Amino acid sequence: MENVNFLYDLLGKNVISVLLIVSLPLMFVLVYALIAILAELKVSAWIQERLGPMRTGPWGILQPIAEVVKLIQKEDITPDRSSKLLYNLAPFIIFTGAYAAFAVIPFSEYFVPAGINLGLFYIFAVGSISAIGIVMGGWASNNKYSLMGAMRSVAQLISYEIPAAMAVLSIVVLASTMNMQEINKIQSGWFWNWFIFGGPGTLAKLWVIPFTLGLGLIYFISSLAETNRVPFDIPEGESELVAGFHTEYSGMKFAMFFFAEYANMFVVAAVLTTIFLGGWNSPFGDFMQGPFWGVFWFVSKAFTVVLVQIWIRWTLPRFRVDQLMYIGWKVLLPLSFICFMAVSLYVMLK
Amino acid sequence: MIQYIKNIWAGLSSTFIGMRITWKHLFVKKVTIQYPDERFKLPEKARNRLYLEMSRCNGCNSCAIACPVNCITVETIRVSPDDPHQEVHYNGKDRKLWVSRYDIDFAKCCYCGLCTAVCPSEAIQHTTEYEYSVYNRESLLYKFQTLTPEQVKEKERLLAEFRAIEKVCHPEGDAKPAEKKVVDKKTE
Repeated sequence: MENVNFLYDLLGKNVISVLLIVSLPLMFVLVYALIAILAELKVSAWIQERLGPMRTGPWGILQPIAEVVKLIQKEDITPDRSSKLLYNLAPFIIFTGAYAAFAVIPFSEYFVPAGINLGLFYIFAVGSISAIGIVMGGWASNNKYSLMGAMRSVAQLISYEIPAAMAVLSIVVLASTMNMQEINKIQSGWFWNWFIFGGPGTLAKLWVIPFTLGLGLIYFISSLAETNRVPFDIPEGESELVAGFHTEYSGMKFAMFFFAEYANMFVVAAVLTTIFLGGWNSPFGDFMQGPFWGVFWFVSKAFTVVLVQIWIRWTLPRFRVDQLMYIGWKVLLPLSFICFMAVSLYVMLK
Repeated sequence: MIQYIKNIWAGLSSTFIGMRITWKHLFVKKVTIQYPDERFKLPEKARNRLYLEMSRCNGCNSCAIACPVNCITVETIRVSPDDPHQEVHYNGKDRKLWVSRYDIDFAKCCYCGLCTAVCPSEAIQHTTEYEYSVYNRESLLYKFQTLTPEQVKEKERLLAEFRAIEKVCHPEGDAKPAEKKVVDKKTE
């Protein structure tokens, strides 16, 4: 089925519309990253009963802009003994990996940059690019902390990719499609049609709801690990590894790492929103449903997930490496298999 | 197996408890004081920068003696009776000593308040002023004397003249105690 894209309808399929489609998510990511940085600063401050930045602009809302300007001004250091090409390439590869996933994220009924049928598969494929970037940056820096951070990061990504993939696969089984736009369309209607509540169906779906809720939780936990955020931030554990794989980076290259982290956060939040929380669908049936409201619902749902990620960051301490592996292989993986079996059984019986 | 499930439950539930606590703290009144805009109310007996009220100071030097870090330096000149410039203290008595130098080095001061405790006339007092950071240590040397250097020289000259006259008129007057001391030392 052909996906509708409002820009193609408006401008026809030409170079300008393609360029616009490619750059629209970038505009969004730029604005979103600034807001997310501010949210991070403010939420951390409020949780610690501080006020946070207050002097840049009213209530400090211009603080992220000041920080970006500061990072641009800073000296761009390349270590003498580093592998120059790989070292300089790594931040851009990481950001490419983060940004590539935006290609299949459906912002609205009428806007998805590339409505391919293997959307979810594609997200997992490009998600691994950032792992390559992390190894590249860590190894090329020629610094023991960077290398250790990179190795930890890869161990973590590989461990948590599997439960996340199992959670996503279960939803693919439920929806019987990998096209993210199709998955959204299936979930339209009231919020009990969302896949976190078992998807659309009769009352017989009641027994599968605990499993889909568990899958949502498993995907959320693994997505925290995939974005290297607290409590899974051992790749950049400040107290052990200085700053992990980006110890040697400064200035604009560090900003790219920073930016990629926030873009990655949004990607996993968007995937969670799409496959579990109904994507651009309004939670209240036809109320506020439509292409423009779709953008609103999608962005607000995804941003709520990002806020929960930030909230968790300022609640939990960091896991130890052995705890991390225990949770990944001994808890999340078996549980995701159990949930996968249950969901498959439900689909067979339906 | 039961322990395994218990562990998972403990991990999950403690996470939610922690998140509930941080959620509550989001809405608690913040403790930050936006310093230059708003300030602490200082305690009633806060000890900050010292101030010397020169009209009350009688030059007794007890503050300098009491100071544990020697940050106060006092030098005095006796008031010559011939001086046309005479001052009256806060209690109505005549000034006996001109304070020619009264320095407080706030780089040394430890704000213990002993000088204010010993001062007989409450001339030296703590103020509420605490924002006086400077770029070099010399700027922290506060000079409280009210006499100009020229005035100090004038007072010294007047006192020397008075002493000279006194020696001529009463040879056994001022000079006697000094002689006595010398004699005592010799006898010992």
